[in-house]
Amino acid sequence: MALLKIDFVTKYFAGSNGTGDLCVFRDVHFNIEKGEFVTMVGHSGCGKTTLLNIIAGLETPSKGGIILDGKEVTDPGLDRMVVFQNFSLMPWLTAYENIRIAVRAAYPKWERQRIDEYVQQYIDMVGLAGSEHKRPAALSGGMRQRVGLARAFAVQPKVLLLDEPFAQIDALTRGVIQEELVRMWMATKNTVFMVTHDVDEAILLSDKIALMTDSPEARLAEIIEVTVPRPRSRETLIDHPEYTRIRKYIIHFLVERSRKIQEQGGMAVADRTVLAI
Amino acid sequence: MNGIDRVAKAKERQKVIISSLLFLVVFILFWQLNTKPSVGGKTEGLPGPLAVAERAWEMLSDPFYDRGANDKGIGVQLAYSLGRLVVGYSAASIVAIFLGVVLGLYPTLYRAANTYVQILKPISPLAWMPLFLYTIKDSAWAAVMVIFMSSLWPTLANTAFGVNSIKRDYLNVSSLLQLSWLRRLFKVILPAAAPAIVAGLRISIGSAWIAIVAAEMLIGGTGVGYFVWNEWNNLQLNSVIFAILTIGVVGVLLDLGFVRLAKAVSYTE
Repeated sequence: MALLKIDFVTKYFAGSNGTGDLCVFRDVHFNIEKGEFVTMVGHSGCGKTTLLNIIAGLETPSKGGIILDGKEVTDPGLDRMVVFQNFSLMPWLTAYENIRIAVRAAYPKWERQRIDEYVQQYIDMVGLAGSEHKRPAALSGGMRQRVGLARAFAVQPKVLLLDEPFAQIDALTRGVIQEELVRMWMATKNTVFMVTHDVDEAILLSDKIALMTDSPEARLAEIIEVTVPRPRSRETLIDHPEYTRIRKYIIHFLVERSRKIQEQGGMAVADRTVLAI
Repeated sequence: MNGIDRVAKAKERQKVIISSLLFLVVFILFWQLNTKPSVGGKTEGLPGPLAVAERAWEMLSDPFYDRGANDKGIGVQLAYSLGRLVVGYSAASIVAIFLGVVLGLYPTLYRAANTYVQILKPISPLAWMPLFLYTIKDSAWAAVMVIFMSSLWPTLANTAFGVNSIKRDYLNVSSLLQLSWLRRLFKVILPAAAPAIVAGLRISIGSAWIAIVAAEMLIGGTGVGYFVWNEWNNLQLNSVIFAILTIGVVGVLLDLGFVRLAKAVSYTE
Protein backbone atom coordinates (compact mmCIF):
# COMPACT_ATOMS: atom_id res chain seq x y z
CA MET A 1 0.00 0.00 0.00
CA ALA A 2 1.18 3.46 -0.82
CA LEU A 3 2.51 5.50 2.09
CA LEU A 4 0.85 8.70 0.94
CA LYS A 5 -2.35 8.83 -1.04
CA ILE A 6 -3.56 12.08 -2.54
CA ASP A 7 -7.16 11.09 -3.02
CA PHE A 8 -9.03 13.10 -5.68
CA VAL A 9 -8.24 16.46 -4.12
CA THR A 10 -10.03 19.52 -5.49
CA LYS A 11 -9.46 23.08 -4.27
CA TYR A 12 -11.66 26.11 -4.80
CA PHE A 13 -10.71 29.61 -3.79
CA ALA A 14 -13.45 32.10 -2.98
CA GLY A 15 -13.73 34.40 -5.99
CA SER A 16 -13.29 38.12 -5.54
CA ASN A 17 -16.40 40.34 -5.55
CA GLY A 18 -18.98 37.74 -6.39
CA THR A 19 -17.38 36.19 -9.48
CA GLY A 20 -18.06 32.80 -7.97
CA ASP A 21 -15.57 30.29 -6.66
CA LEU A 22 -12.40 29.70 -8.59
CA CYS A 23 -11.32 26.13 -9.05
CA VAL A 24 -7.54 25.97 -8.67
CA PHE A 25 -7.15 22.28 -9.42
CA ARG A 26 -9.53 19.38 -9.76
CA ASP A 27 -9.41 15.70 -8.87
CA VAL A 28 -5.68 15.46 -8.29
CA HIS A 29 -5.01 11.83 -7.57
CA PHE A 30 -1.73 9.99 -7.11
CA ASN A 31 0.22 7.86 -4.67
CA ILE A 32 3.69 8.11 -3.22
CA GLU A 33 5.43 4.94 -2.09
CA LYS A 34 7.62 4.75 0.97
CA GLY A 35 11.11 6.06 0.23
CA GLU A 36 10.09 7.67 -3.03
CA PHE A 37 11.03 11.18 -4.14
CA VAL A 38 8.17 12.65 -6.14
CA THR A 39 8.23 16.15 -7.59
CA MET A 40 5.35 18.15 -8.97
CA VAL A 41 6.17 20.52 -11.80
CA GLY A 42 3.83 23.09 -13.28
CA HIS A 43 3.44 26.74 -14.16
CA SER A 44 3.08 29.29 -11.38
CA GLY A 45 -0.45 29.43 -10.07
CA CYS A 46 -1.36 25.83 -10.91
CA GLY A 47 -1.84 25.24 -7.20
CA LYS A 48 1.30 23.21 -6.49
CA THR A 49 2.02 24.97 -3.25
CA THR A 50 -1.64 24.83 -2.27
CA LEU A 51 -1.60 21.06 -2.76
CA LEU A 52 1.57 20.80 -0.68
CA ASN A 53 -0.06 22.87 2.07
CA ILE A 54 -3.11 20.60 1.95
CA ILE A 55 -0.87 17.57 2.44
CA ALA A 56 0.84 19.40 5.31
CA GLY A 57 -2.55 20.10 6.87
CA LEU A 58 -2.03 23.86 6.68
CA GLU A 59 -4.90 24.24 4.20
CA THR A 60 -8.06 22.20 3.75
CA PRO A 61 -9.12 20.55 0.51
CA SER A 62 -12.52 21.49 -0.93
CA LYS A 63 -13.07 17.89 -1.95
CA GLY A 64 -11.11 14.70 -1.49
CA GLY A 65 -8.53 13.97 1.16
CA ILE A 66 -5.03 12.94 2.12
CA ILE A 67 -4.34 9.45 3.41
CA LEU A 68 -1.03 8.88 5.18
CA ASP A 69 -0.11 5.37 6.23
CA GLY A 70 -3.72 4.24 5.92
CA LYS A 71 -5.17 7.10 7.96
CA GLU A 72 -6.77 10.28 6.74
CA VAL A 73 -4.91 13.40 7.89
CA THR A 74 -6.58 16.79 8.11
CA ASP A 75 -4.42 18.72 10.58
CA PRO A 76 -0.70 19.51 10.67
CA GLY A 77 1.51 17.05 12.49
CA LEU A 78 5.07 15.96 13.09
CA ASP A 79 4.65 13.15 10.56
CA ARG A 80 4.77 15.74 7.76
CA MET A 81 7.45 18.43 7.89
CA VAL A 82 7.68 21.27 5.42
CA VAL A 83 10.76 23.00 4.05
CA PHE A 84 9.45 26.41 3.03
CA GLN A 85 10.44 28.54 0.09
CA ASN A 86 10.91 31.52 2.42
CA PHE A 87 12.67 29.33 5.01
CA SER A 88 10.18 30.30 7.77
CA LEU A 89 12.81 30.28 10.48
CA MET A 90 12.05 32.04 13.75
CA PRO A 91 14.18 35.20 13.47
CA TRP A 92 14.55 35.60 17.25
CA LEU A 93 16.15 32.17 17.60
CA THR A 94 19.63 31.15 16.49
CA ALA A 95 20.10 28.47 13.83
CA TYR A 96 20.78 26.01 16.64
CA GLU A 97 17.67 26.99 18.57
CA ASN A 98 15.53 26.81 15.44
CA ILE A 99 16.50 23.15 15.03
CA ARG A 100 16.37 22.46 18.74
CA ILE A 101 12.78 23.62 19.13
CA ALA A 102 11.76 21.09 16.46
CA VAL A 103 13.78 18.28 18.02
CA ARG A 104 12.30 18.96 21.44
CA ALA A 105 8.84 18.85 19.96
CA ALA A 106 9.50 15.61 18.06
CA TYR A 107 11.17 13.77 20.96
CA PRO A 108 9.56 15.13 24.11
CA LYS A 109 10.95 12.36 26.32
CA TRP A 110 14.60 12.92 25.49
CA GLU A 111 16.96 14.41 28.01
CA ARG A 112 18.71 17.70 27.42
CA GLN A 113 22.05 16.13 26.60
CA ARG A 114 20.62 13.72 24.07
CA ILE A 115 18.70 16.53 22.38
CA ASP A 116 21.83 18.69 22.14
CA GLU A 117 23.92 15.87 20.68
CA TYR A 118 21.21 15.10 18.15
CA VAL A 119 20.88 18.77 17.13
CA GLN A 120 24.64 19.02 16.71
CA GLN A 121 24.62 15.94 14.51
CA TYR A 122 22.19 17.62 12.09
CA ILE A 123 24.09 20.92 12.26
CA ASP A 124 27.18 19.03 11.14
CA MET A 125 25.26 17.09 8.49
CA VAL A 126 24.09 20.21 6.68
CA GLY A 127 27.44 21.98 7.11
CA LEU A 128 26.29 24.65 9.52
CA ALA A 129 29.03 24.07 12.06
CA GLY A 130 30.54 27.40 13.07
CA SER A 131 27.40 29.36 12.19
CA GLU A 132 24.96 27.56 14.45
CA HIS A 133 24.81 30.36 17.00
CA LYS A 134 23.94 33.05 14.50
CA ARG A 135 20.44 34.26 13.97
CA PRO A 136 18.87 33.75 10.52
CA ALA A 137 19.27 37.44 9.65
CA ALA A 138 23.05 36.97 9.86
CA LEU A 139 23.00 33.97 7.48
CA SER A 140 22.92 33.85 3.70
CA GLY A 141 19.90 32.38 1.90
CA GLY A 142 21.75 29.13 1.33
CA MET A 143 22.71 28.83 4.98
CA ARG A 144 19.18 29.64 6.08
CA GLN A 145 17.75 26.87 3.95
CA ARG A 146 20.33 24.49 5.40
CA VAL A 147 18.77 25.28 8.76
CA GLY A 148 15.34 24.65 7.23
CA LEU A 149 16.46 21.29 5.86
CA ALA A 150 18.13 20.27 9.13
CA ARG A 151 14.99 21.22 11.04
CA ALA A 152 12.80 19.12 8.78
CA PHE A 153 15.12 16.10 8.54
CA ALA A 154 15.80 16.10 12.30
CA VAL A 155 12.12 15.51 13.03
CA GLN A 156 12.27 12.33 10.89
CA PRO A 157 8.77 12.77 9.49
CA LYS A 158 7.02 10.09 7.46
CA VAL A 159 6.88 12.52 4.56
CA LEU A 160 9.08 15.51 3.83
CA LEU A 161 7.36 18.29 1.94
CA LEU A 162 9.64 20.64 0.02
CA ASP A 163 7.96 23.80 -1.23
CA GLU A 164 10.26 25.27 -3.92
CA PRO A 165 13.04 25.05 -1.35
CA PHE A 166 15.78 26.50 -3.54
CA ALA A 167 13.86 29.22 -5.37
CA GLN A 168 15.26 32.03 -3.24
CA ILE A 169 18.87 30.86 -3.29
CA ASP A 170 21.46 32.08 -5.79
CA ALA A 171 22.14 29.66 -8.64
CA LEU A 172 25.61 28.52 -7.60
CA THR A 173 24.72 27.79 -4.00
CA ARG A 174 21.51 26.17 -5.18
CA GLY A 175 23.44 23.47 -7.03
CA VAL A 176 25.56 22.71 -3.99
CA ILE A 177 22.59 22.41 -1.65
CA GLN A 178 20.66 20.32 -4.16
CA GLU A 179 23.49 17.79 -4.15
CA GLU A 180 23.57 17.87 -0.37
CA LEU A 181 19.87 17.15 -0.38
CA VAL A 182 20.48 14.17 -2.69
CA ARG A 183 23.07 12.90 -0.23
CA MET A 184 20.81 13.41 2.79
CA TRP A 185 17.95 11.72 1.03
CA MET A 186 20.11 8.75 -0.02
CA ALA A 187 21.30 8.39 3.58
CA THR A 188 17.89 8.63 5.22
CA LYS A 189 15.66 7.18 2.49
CA ASN A 190 12.95 9.64 3.42
CA THR A 191 9.74 9.87 1.46
CA VAL A 192 9.69 13.27 -0.22
CA PHE A 193 7.11 15.33 -2.05
CA MET A 194 8.52 18.46 -3.64
CA VAL A 195 7.02 21.17 -5.79
CA THR A 196 9.12 23.27 -8.11
CA HIS A 197 9.13 24.94 -11.49
CA ASP A 198 12.80 24.20 -12.01
CA VAL A 199 12.92 21.29 -14.46
CA ASP A 200 16.60 20.50 -13.88
CA GLU A 201 16.10 20.41 -10.16
CA ALA A 202 13.19 18.01 -10.61
CA ILE A 203 15.22 15.63 -12.79
CA LEU A 204 18.26 15.72 -10.52
CA LEU A 205 16.32 14.89 -7.40
CA SER A 206 13.23 12.87 -8.27
CA ASP A 207 12.18 9.31 -8.88
CA LYS A 208 8.96 10.49 -10.47
CA ILE A 209 7.75 13.80 -11.78
CA ALA A 210 4.09 14.77 -11.72
CA LEU A 211 3.12 17.25 -14.42
CA MET A 212 0.29 19.70 -13.80
CA THR A 213 -1.68 21.57 -16.45
CA ASP A 214 -2.39 25.29 -16.05
CA SER A 215 -4.84 26.89 -13.65
CA PRO A 216 -7.76 27.46 -13.41
CA GLU A 217 -9.01 23.93 -13.08
CA ALA A 218 -5.48 22.57 -13.25
CA ARG A 219 -5.24 18.82 -13.46
CA LEU A 220 -2.56 16.26 -12.97
CA ALA A 221 -1.77 15.34 -16.58
CA GLU A 222 0.80 12.59 -16.20
CA ILE A 223 3.47 11.17 -14.01
CA ILE A 224 6.79 10.34 -15.62
CA GLU A 225 9.54 8.20 -14.25
CA VAL A 226 13.06 9.62 -14.14
CA THR A 227 15.11 6.84 -15.68
CA VAL A 228 18.52 8.37 -14.99
CA PRO A 229 20.31 5.97 -12.63
CA ARG A 230 21.45 7.06 -9.19
CA PRO A 231 23.67 8.28 -7.71
CA ARG A 232 23.25 11.45 -9.72
CA SER A 233 25.22 14.63 -9.61
CA ARG A 234 24.78 17.81 -11.61
CA GLU A 235 27.92 17.01 -13.54
CA THR A 236 27.10 13.47 -14.60
CA LEU A 237 23.47 14.34 -15.14
CA ILE A 238 23.93 16.79 -17.99
CA ASP A 239 25.87 14.25 -20.05
CA HIS A 240 23.35 11.48 -19.60
CA PRO A 241 21.20 10.91 -22.73
CA GLU A 242 18.11 10.16 -20.63
CA TYR A 243 18.43 13.58 -19.00
CA THR A 244 18.21 15.39 -22.32
CA ARG A 245 15.24 13.30 -23.38
CA ILE A 246 13.27 13.82 -20.17
CA ARG A 247 14.09 17.51 -20.07
CA LYS A 248 12.86 17.97 -23.62
CA TYR A 249 9.71 16.03 -22.86
CA ILE A 250 8.88 18.12 -19.79
CA ILE A 251 9.60 21.43 -21.50
CA HIS A 252 7.44 20.47 -24.49
CA PHE A 253 4.76 19.58 -22.00
CA LEU A 254 5.01 22.88 -20.15
CA VAL A 255 5.09 24.96 -23.32
CA GLU A 256 2.44 23.28 -25.49
CA ARG A 257 0.87 20.12 -24.24
CA SER A 258 -0.24 21.40 -20.84
CA ARG A 259 -2.55 23.82 -22.64
CA LYS A 260 -3.80 21.22 -25.09
CA ILE A 261 -4.57 18.71 -22.40
CA GLN A 262 -6.27 21.48 -20.49
CA GLU A 263 -8.49 22.22 -23.49
CA GLN A 264 -9.43 18.57 -23.75
CA GLY A 265 -10.43 18.64 -20.11
CA GLY A 266 -7.44 16.79 -18.78
CA MET A 267 -6.65 13.12 -18.97
CA ALA A 268 -9.08 10.54 -17.74
CA VAL A 269 -7.72 10.16 -14.25
CA ALA A 270 -8.63 6.54 -13.84
CA ASP A 271 -6.62 5.46 -16.87
CA ARG A 272 -3.56 7.45 -16.03
CA THR A 273 -0.58 5.36 -15.14
CA VAL A 274 3.03 6.13 -14.69
CA LEU A 275 4.57 6.77 -18.05
CA ALA A 276 8.05 5.54 -18.66
CA ILE A 277 8.71 7.80 -21.58
CA MET B 1 32.81 49.85 9.70
CA ASN B 2 36.01 51.38 8.37
CA GLY B 3 38.25 53.97 9.98
CA ILE B 4 36.97 56.95 8.00
CA ASP B 5 33.40 56.17 9.02
CA ARG B 6 34.42 55.92 12.63
CA VAL B 7 36.20 59.28 12.58
CA ALA B 8 33.19 60.91 10.91
CA LYS B 9 30.90 59.43 13.52
CA ALA B 10 33.07 60.58 16.40
CA LYS B 11 33.15 64.09 14.93
CA GLU B 12 29.37 64.11 14.59
CA ARG B 13 29.06 63.01 18.18
CA GLN B 14 31.37 65.77 19.32
CA LYS B 15 29.24 68.35 17.51
CA VAL B 16 26.08 67.03 19.14
CA ILE B 17 27.59 67.20 22.62
CA ILE B 18 28.92 70.74 22.11
CA SER B 19 25.57 71.99 20.76
CA SER B 20 23.77 70.28 23.59
CA LEU B 21 25.96 71.99 26.20
CA LEU B 22 25.46 75.28 24.38
CA PHE B 23 21.68 74.91 24.68
CA LEU B 24 22.08 74.40 28.41
CA VAL B 25 24.28 77.44 28.88
CA VAL B 26 21.92 79.64 26.85
CA PHE B 27 18.94 78.38 28.82
CA ILE B 28 20.57 78.99 32.20
CA LEU B 29 21.76 82.46 31.18
CA PHE B 30 18.25 83.32 29.96
CA TRP B 31 16.84 82.03 33.21
CA GLN B 32 19.33 83.96 35.35
CA LEU B 33 18.76 87.19 33.43
CA ASN B 34 15.04 86.92 34.02
CA THR B 35 15.39 86.52 37.75
CA LYS B 36 15.34 89.46 40.07
CA PRO B 37 18.14 89.52 42.62
CA SER B 38 17.08 88.41 46.03
CA VAL B 39 16.55 91.11 48.57
CA GLY B 40 17.43 90.16 52.11
CA GLY B 41 17.04 86.43 51.58
CA LYS B 42 13.55 86.89 50.09
CA THR B 43 13.25 86.12 46.42
CA GLU B 44 10.97 88.15 44.22
CA GLY B 45 9.48 86.34 41.24
CA LEU B 46 11.03 83.10 40.02
CA PRO B 47 14.05 81.79 41.90
CA GLY B 48 17.20 81.79 39.82
CA PRO B 49 19.33 78.80 38.84
CA LEU B 50 21.70 79.39 41.73
CA ALA B 51 18.93 79.32 44.32
CA VAL B 52 17.54 76.13 42.79
CA ALA B 53 20.99 74.54 42.66
CA GLU B 54 21.51 75.43 46.30
CA ARG B 55 18.19 73.84 47.20
CA ALA B 56 18.99 70.79 45.06
CA TRP B 57 22.28 70.33 46.87
CA GLU B 58 20.47 70.55 50.19
CA MET B 59 17.79 68.04 49.15
CA LEU B 60 20.21 65.64 47.53
CA SER B 61 22.69 65.62 50.38
CA ASP B 62 20.04 64.20 52.70
CA PRO B 63 17.41 62.58 50.50
CA PHE B 64 15.96 60.07 52.95
CA TYR B 65 15.04 62.06 56.06
CA ASP B 66 11.53 61.77 57.43
CA ARG B 67 10.35 64.47 59.83
CA GLY B 68 6.64 63.90 59.87
CA ALA B 69 3.82 64.17 57.40
CA ASN B 70 4.83 67.31 55.50
CA ASP B 71 8.60 67.10 55.74
CA LYS B 72 10.18 64.16 53.95
CA GLY B 73 13.32 63.91 51.82
CA ILE B 74 13.03 63.81 48.05
CA GLY B 75 14.30 60.22 48.06
CA VAL B 76 11.48 59.16 50.37
CA GLN B 77 8.91 60.93 48.19
CA LEU B 78 10.33 59.33 45.05
CA ALA B 79 10.24 55.92 46.72
CA TYR B 80 6.53 56.37 47.44
CA SER B 81 5.82 57.39 43.87
CA LEU B 82 7.93 54.60 42.37
CA GLY B 83 6.32 52.07 44.71
CA ARG B 84 2.85 53.04 43.47
CA LEU B 85 4.16 53.02 39.94
CA VAL B 86 5.61 49.52 40.24
CA VAL B 87 2.42 48.05 41.71
CA GLY B 88 -0.06 49.73 39.37
CA TYR B 89 2.09 49.43 36.30
CA SER B 90 3.01 45.77 36.82
CA ALA B 91 -0.58 44.77 37.42
CA ALA B 92 -1.72 46.72 34.35
CA SER B 93 1.03 45.24 32.20
CA ILE B 94 0.17 41.67 33.14
CA VAL B 95 -3.51 42.23 32.47
CA ALA B 96 -2.82 44.15 29.25
CA ILE B 97 -0.42 41.59 27.82
CA PHE B 98 -2.75 38.73 28.68
CA LEU B 99 -5.80 40.43 27.14
CA GLY B 100 -3.73 41.67 24.23
CA VAL B 101 -2.54 38.17 23.37
CA VAL B 102 -6.10 36.85 23.51
CA LEU B 103 -7.43 39.66 21.34
CA GLY B 104 -4.51 39.34 18.96
CA LEU B 105 -5.07 35.64 18.49
CA TYR B 106 -8.81 35.92 17.88
CA PRO B 107 -9.47 38.60 15.24
CA THR B 108 -13.22 38.43 15.84
CA LEU B 109 -12.78 39.32 19.51
CA TYR B 110 -10.23 41.94 18.50
CA ARG B 111 -12.68 43.69 16.22
CA ALA B 112 -15.52 43.33 18.72
CA ALA B 113 -13.47 44.82 21.57
CA ASN B 114 -11.68 47.45 19.53
CA THR B 115 -14.55 49.97 19.66
CA TYR B 116 -14.56 49.93 23.45
CA VAL B 117 -10.79 50.10 23.70
CA GLN B 118 -10.82 53.13 21.42
CA ILE B 119 -13.44 54.83 23.63
CA LEU B 120 -11.64 54.01 26.89
CA LYS B 121 -8.15 54.88 25.64
CA PRO B 122 -8.47 58.69 25.43
CA ILE B 123 -9.99 59.02 28.91
CA SER B 124 -7.59 60.75 31.26
CA PRO B 125 -6.76 58.20 33.96
CA LEU B 126 -7.53 60.89 36.56
CA ALA B 127 -11.16 60.92 35.47
CA TRP B 128 -11.53 57.52 37.14
CA MET B 129 -10.30 58.86 40.48
CA PRO B 130 -13.72 59.59 42.04
CA LEU B 131 -14.96 56.12 41.13
CA PHE B 132 -11.92 54.50 42.68
CA LEU B 133 -12.15 56.64 45.80
CA TYR B 134 -15.80 55.70 46.15
CA THR B 135 -15.34 51.97 45.54
CA ILE B 136 -11.94 51.30 47.16
CA LYS B 137 -12.33 53.91 49.93
CA ASP B 138 -8.56 54.21 50.21
CA SER B 139 -6.79 57.12 48.60
CA ALA B 140 -3.40 55.38 48.28
CA TRP B 141 -4.93 52.46 46.42
CA ALA B 142 -7.04 54.80 44.35
CA ALA B 143 -3.79 56.39 43.15
CA VAL B 144 -2.42 52.95 42.30
CA MET B 145 -5.57 52.27 40.31
CA VAL B 146 -5.09 55.54 38.41
CA ILE B 147 -1.62 54.29 37.46
CA PHE B 148 -3.22 51.01 36.46
CA MET B 149 -5.66 52.79 34.15
CA SER B 150 -2.97 55.02 32.68
CA SER B 151 -0.70 52.12 31.73
CA LEU B 152 -3.31 49.64 30.56
CA TRP B 153 -4.34 50.82 27.10
CA PRO B 154 -1.06 51.44 25.27
CA THR B 155 0.24 48.00 26.25
CA LEU B 156 -3.08 46.33 25.47
CA ALA B 157 -3.43 47.95 22.06
CA ASN B 158 0.19 47.31 21.08
CA THR B 159 0.16 43.69 22.25
CA ALA B 160 -3.06 42.95 20.37
CA PHE B 161 -1.65 44.58 17.26
CA GLY B 162 1.70 42.81 17.61
CA VAL B 163 0.17 39.37 18.11
CA ASN B 164 -2.40 39.94 15.38
CA SER B 165 0.31 40.76 12.86
CA ILE B 166 2.61 37.82 13.62
CA LYS B 167 3.64 36.30 10.32
CA ARG B 168 1.49 33.31 9.36
CA ASP B 169 4.71 31.34 8.71
CA TYR B 170 5.76 31.26 12.35
CA LEU B 171 2.35 30.00 13.41
CA ASN B 172 2.43 27.41 10.62
CA VAL B 173 5.75 26.10 11.87
CA SER B 174 4.44 25.87 15.40
CA SER B 175 1.41 23.91 14.26
CA LEU B 176 3.59 21.57 12.17
CA LEU B 177 5.70 20.99 15.27
CA GLN B 178 2.57 20.49 17.38
CA LEU B 179 3.93 22.81 20.07
CA SER B 180 1.93 22.80 23.29
CA TRP B 181 0.09 26.06 23.88
CA LEU B 182 2.53 27.05 26.61
CA ARG B 183 5.56 26.56 24.37
CA ARG B 184 3.71 28.22 21.52
CA LEU B 185 3.05 31.22 23.78
CA PHE B 186 6.55 31.55 25.19
CA LYS B 187 8.64 30.39 22.25
CA VAL B 188 6.69 31.83 19.34
CA ILE B 189 3.89 34.29 20.11
CA LEU B 190 5.52 36.41 22.82
CA PRO B 191 8.97 36.63 21.18
CA ALA B 192 7.39 37.39 17.81
CA ALA B 193 5.26 40.17 19.27
CA ALA B 194 7.90 41.31 21.78
CA PRO B 195 9.03 44.42 19.87
CA ALA B 196 5.42 45.68 19.67
CA ILE B 197 4.73 44.73 23.30
CA VAL B 198 7.82 46.54 24.58
CA ALA B 199 6.90 49.60 22.51
CA GLY B 200 3.54 49.54 24.29
CA LEU B 201 5.16 49.07 27.69
CA ARG B 202 7.40 52.04 27.00
CA ILE B 203 4.48 54.33 26.15
CA SER B 204 2.67 53.03 29.22
CA ILE B 205 5.46 53.75 31.68
CA GLY B 206 5.64 57.27 30.30
CA SER B 207 1.96 57.94 30.77
CA ALA B 208 2.00 56.25 34.18
CA TRP B 209 4.79 58.57 35.35
CA ILE B 210 2.85 61.56 34.05
CA ALA B 211 -0.33 60.41 35.78
CA ILE B 212 1.27 59.66 39.16
CA VAL B 213 2.24 63.30 39.73
CA ALA B 214 -1.29 64.51 39.14
CA ALA B 215 -2.81 61.67 41.16
CA GLU B 216 -0.56 62.42 44.13
CA MET B 217 -1.47 66.09 43.99
CA LEU B 218 -5.09 65.03 44.38
CA ILE B 219 -4.74 62.39 47.07
CA GLY B 220 -2.06 64.17 49.11
CA GLY B 221 0.10 62.68 51.82
CA THR B 222 3.14 61.25 50.02
CA GLY B 223 4.92 61.08 46.69
CA VAL B 224 6.65 63.56 44.37
CA GLY B 225 3.30 64.90 43.15
CA TYR B 226 2.28 65.74 46.67
CA PHE B 227 5.74 67.18 47.34
CA VAL B 228 5.35 69.63 44.43
CA TRP B 229 1.95 70.72 45.65
CA ASN B 230 3.07 71.02 49.26
CA GLU B 231 6.08 73.14 48.36
CA TRP B 232 3.82 75.34 46.28
CA ASN B 233 1.62 75.83 49.30
CA ASN B 234 4.74 76.76 51.25
CA LEU B 235 5.68 79.10 48.39
CA GLN B 236 9.00 77.27 48.11
CA LEU B 237 9.36 77.72 44.36
CA ASN B 238 12.97 76.61 44.25
CA SER B 239 11.86 73.27 45.70
CA VAL B 240 9.11 73.12 43.10
CA ILE B 241 11.57 73.68 40.27
CA PHE B 242 13.97 71.16 41.73
CA ALA B 243 11.13 68.62 41.98
CA ILE B 244 10.12 69.27 38.36
CA LEU B 245 13.67 68.54 37.23
CA THR B 246 13.80 65.41 39.38
CA ILE B 247 10.54 64.13 37.86
CA GLY B 248 12.02 64.68 34.41
CA VAL B 249 15.26 62.87 35.21
CA VAL B 250 13.48 59.87 36.74
CA GLY B 251 11.19 59.74 33.69
CA VAL B 252 14.20 59.62 31.40
CA LEU B 253 15.80 56.83 33.45
CA LEU B 254 12.59 54.78 33.31
CA ASP B 255 12.44 55.30 29.56
CA LEU B 256 16.09 54.33 29.12
CA GLY B 257 15.36 51.01 30.78
CA PHE B 258 12.80 50.31 28.10
CA VAL B 259 15.10 51.42 25.32
CA ARG B 260 17.49 48.72 26.51
CA LEU B 261 14.71 46.16 26.76
CA ALA B 262 13.56 47.06 23.24
CA LYS B 263 17.07 46.44 21.95
CA ALA B 264 17.19 43.07 23.69
CA VAL B 265 13.97 41.78 22.16
CA SER B 266 14.30 43.24 18.68
CA TYR B 267 15.02 40.99 15.72
CA THR B 268 15.47 41.36 11.99
CA GLU B 269 13.62 39.05 9.65
